[in-house]
Amino acid sequence: MRCKKQTPSQTVGPFFSYGLTPQQYGYDHSDLGNGDLVTEGTDGEVITITGTIFNGEGGEMKHAVVEIWQADNAGNYADVVVKDRFSGFGRVGTGRGEDPRYRIRTIKPGSVDNDQAPHITLTIFSRGLMHHAFTRLYFSDEVEANAQDPLLQKLPAERRPTLIAQRVEEEGEVIYQFDIHMQGDQETVFLEF
Amino acid sequence: MDMKPFTPKDNESHPPLIHPPYKSSTSRSPSKDPIIVPQTISELTGPTFDHSELPEHSTDLTMNGRKTGEPLGERIIVTGRILDENGDPVPNAMVEIWQANSAGRYIDSEDHHQAPLDPNFLGAGRMLTDKDGWYRFLTLRPGAYPWGNHPNAWRPPHIHFSIFGANIMTRLVTQMYFEGDPLLQYDPICASASEEARVRMIADFSLEHTEEGFALGYLWDIVIRGPKATPFED
Repeated sequence: MRCKKQTPSQTVGPFFSYGLTPQQYGYDHSDLGNGDLVTEGTDGEVITITGTIFNGEGGEMKHAVVEIWQADNAGNYADVVVKDRFSGFGRVGTGRGEDPRYRIRTIKPGSVDNDQAPHITLTIFSRGLMHHAFTRLYFSDEVEANAQDPLLQKLPAERRPTLIAQRVEEEGEVIYQFDIHMQGDQETVFLEF
Repeated sequence: MDMKPFTPKDNESHPPLIHPPYKSSTSRSPSKDPIIVPQTISELTGPTFDHSELPEHSTDLTMNGRKTGEPLGERIIVTGRILDENGDPVPNAMVEIWQANSAGRYIDSEDHHQAPLDPNFLGAGRMLTDKDGWYRFLTLRPGAYPWGNHPNAWRPPHIHFSIFGANIMTRLVTQMYFEGDPLLQYDPICASASEEARVRMIADFSLEHTEEGFALGYLWDIVIRGPKATPFED
């Protein structure tokens, strides 16, 4: 029985940096979350997820924020976000300079239940985006698990690749490349739960 | 861990993803409908925050940016409750705010509006709601400012809010506007929501929350998604 209606969403606008991602942009304010989730005691394979967000004209989007929510190496979600412990929560901006992109150092999550392939939830906020967009990042090296994943299987086959991050190894660093296309032929699958 | 399913996103309450009067929405928002998928543990959980991690003066924006003295402007108290659609308060919700200064200028280095920066004002704060869902910030009334969306375009004074509720599905970023503002009718961002829904972003002046001799009070409740009622309750 709903007696209240949801407050409308609004864009984050272009000037969120000092509020949402202050340290990354050099403001004197503490971060709620940032782009490095790995602490000394974090178990698991250290990875970097990174990518560019493209608008419908193919332009690289500055003024965007990506938040992640993921399980730890054992597939468990953290109860509380505190420093010095793996929290599963991260937040970064795409920057203002050349090559605007998000970049988050984390660990590859374990499976959260018997059905789902390992994944990370991404929430995208930006100027021009009236309501944040949810999506999921899956891993290119989890071929078998991805083939069984109920969410991926629900998608039209031709759109599935938009949710698969591509693994590359560069100078010993494991990078998963995951570009996000807000519109166009390669438009990323966005989700509603 | 409470794994009750949550109410869906109420698309009548939220703006359409593409709202052409707000120009940048036409190329920066998804053009396809989202795919609706079942709620799993990944959505029924979300980051939960702790008081110990909050910075000093994080609810007092007249204090947390001070370098040489007091920031200039009209002090206001902005308070209200985070509620879910059932009308139940949401305790321990993370509420972040950010805003322009009293002259309508953001501290953000990309804001080039010809209005003064205030060396003593940051314009950002955060807190956790109490057990009854209440938040409360002391800040300065933000100024209006021009923007390039259309000729003679002005954003009405507003405060940005970001909320984390019980799980990631309750995530909300919105803007709070002020009762009686004549700029609201001309603002394509505020007006992207339906006329009926728009009023839910407007804070009312509140004598009850006004502090005598100190600051005017504004009351604004925010409603986010909540647990679905059980069939029995329906």
